[in-house]
Amino acid sequence: MAAAEKVPVKRYLRLAKLPHIWCPGCGHGIALQALIRAIHSTGLSQDNTVIVSGIGCSSRASGYLDFDTLHTTHGRALAFATGIKVANPDLNVVVITGDGDAAAIGGNHLIHAARRNIGITCVCFNNTIYGMTSGQYSPLTPTDAYATTAPYGNIDTPFDLCELTKAAGASYVARATTYHARLLEKLIAKGLQNDGFSFIEAVVQCPTYFGRKNKLGDAFRMMKLMQERSVPVSKAAAMTAEELAGKIVIGELWHRPRPEYTKAYDAVIAKAGGGR
Amino acid sequence: MPSLALPARRKVLMQGNEAIVEGAIAAGMRFYAGYPITPSTEIAELASEKLPRDGGRFVQMEDEIASMAAVVGASLAGRKAMTATSGPGFSLKQENLGYALTAEVPCVVVNVQRQGPSTGLPTSPSQGDVMQARYGSHGDYAAIALCPASVGEAYRLAVRAFNLAERFRMPVILLADEIIGHLRESVELPDPSELTVVDRARPTLPPGEHKAYRPGPDGVPVVPDFGTGYRFHVTGLIHGEDGSPTSNPKVVEQAVRRLTTKVTDHIDEIYEAEERDLADADVAVFAYGGTARAARRAVREARAKGLKVGLYRPITLWPFHDERVRAALQGRRAVVVPELNLGQMAREVERVAGAGTKVVRVNKVSGEPLTPGEILAAIEEVF
Repeated sequence: MAAAEKVPVKRYLRLAKLPHIWCPGCGHGIALQALIRAIHSTGLSQDNTVIVSGIGCSSRASGYLDFDTLHTTHGRALAFATGIKVANPDLNVVVITGDGDAAAIGGNHLIHAARRNIGITCVCFNNTIYGMTSGQYSPLTPTDAYATTAPYGNIDTPFDLCELTKAAGASYVARATTYHARLLEKLIAKGLQNDGFSFIEAVVQCPTYFGRKNKLGDAFRMMKLMQERSVPVSKAAAMTAEELAGKIVIGELWHRPRPEYTKAYDAVIAKAGGGR
Repeated sequence: MPSLALPARRKVLMQGNEAIVEGAIAAGMRFYAGYPITPSTEIAELASEKLPRDGGRFVQMEDEIASMAAVVGASLAGRKAMTATSGPGFSLKQENLGYALTAEVPCVVVNVQRQGPSTGLPTSPSQGDVMQARYGSHGDYAAIALCPASVGEAYRLAVRAFNLAERFRMPVILLADEIIGHLRESVELPDPSELTVVDRARPTLPPGEHKAYRPGPDGVPVVPDFGTGYRFHVTGLIHGEDGSPTSNPKVVEQAVRRLTTKVTDHIDEIYEAEERDLADADVAVFAYGGTARAARRAVREARAKGLKVGLYRPITLWPFHDERVRAALQGRRAVVVPELNLGQMAREVERVAGAGTKVVRVNKVSGEPLTPGEILAAIEEVF
């Protein structure tokens, strides 16, 4: 097996802003490193890439990254990012968001960014809980799981954000867990190369607020659980709905290129007689 | 390539909403994001038609909140950006409007006011968002809001709104009302070459030496555009000079106060008002926006009847210039304040008018404009 390339991760970080504020065992660091490695492998320029985040644990990542970075309001990262991309389509725009950020208050922006197929790569750090406000249930918290606002168990049905964004029109959709860090890196890299809206769900452990409340053990045990519950997309195709219950389907779930939004607008400009 | 500008110095019949778009484009607007809402929709429609003719871009966003967010993003990417809305939409924008204030992002937000509260009367005029324009977002800050009283002024103030936004790095509110938004009148627009257009200052120091949020001597920071190599951080959290969040009490205190002082320290540069027939006036009428048109006529008719009345019309509604207003109103027997609300500006006038000057409120919230006759009747009553 060939030695993995040495990635100069530190080059992409604002070292003066570290250490980060994430709890011990939090999976966000693994997801962040997967993103950095993907950016490195695809050769995106640090000067021409904007990282946008909303509010929540995951969204603090923008402050640690040495790019032009925008830490926005809760749920609205994709709307800010849309303005950036439309105003200057030459910029690479990456959105880091969380499950509460993207699926609750930001749900409308998520489906519309996917519908437009705008050239933004959205990485959702899904820890199935509101971490920063200390453990309330999110739209991705599993049914029957416990949270500080679901002391008798959650009765809501969680979203499948990959199915949602695919149905809404995203041209690239993928999922991996922090156990599958190298796969996650590859999937994000492919998302960055896709000319259109890319949605990558990173399933991330939160031992402090989700794990403890649901007696799932420490970070190691939670990641082990991810390994046991994950099914590659190729294998999932032959499985029944019953067999897939409670499983995490990982890999590239959808890739169907279609016209990117700002390029489509270039045609509007041409039709109107303007020049860019 | 077709020009965006209208032919120079030609008299044109146009609507207030159209004039706002023409003025914005003349000031350099090249990005518009919005969500349709009556009575502001013509602004979005004309922007969608005109912007791509010169490489500008228009997006109809999924909601009002997203529109305000996209405007902030576009401005940080270096484009002059605008959105337009009416009362309910303006409420939705307030969180991200506060973000633009805190992150010091230049942009223009047009509010063509309609009768409220809530969905209210979508096609009827109102001046009910005066206080929302000042205090709508949370926390402490100073607002700039400009208030046109004619179609020609809607054009001029759209230019000025962009200039002030770029100069002070903040959102500027163009607080129109349905009367002006839907009014059609003949206007002579200036030649674009005669316009003063202000562009935001860009850093002169190279990346590494420039601090993204270090305020200049005038209290205004020079923030670089995204994609130009500065790799800086923008946040709605209270931040220090490098843009990074801080909870250092001294830095926080300074940062929050500066959001107000950068406006109040330059109030004479920002403030504009029209004064008419005030020199010998026993009674003043304080009126703004669409209502000022009726007030102007009421003053003229009162003068014809031999009553010594003058008009004070704030064009800059916020910041409120205590000294200027006090100087103009003090010593008058009474100040008549006609408004299409239940007395939002009258309270400010009462605050500065001084003892001995009676403030007479003339309010209407029926969805109809105030008439010159109604204002004249109030003037006659105080004589």
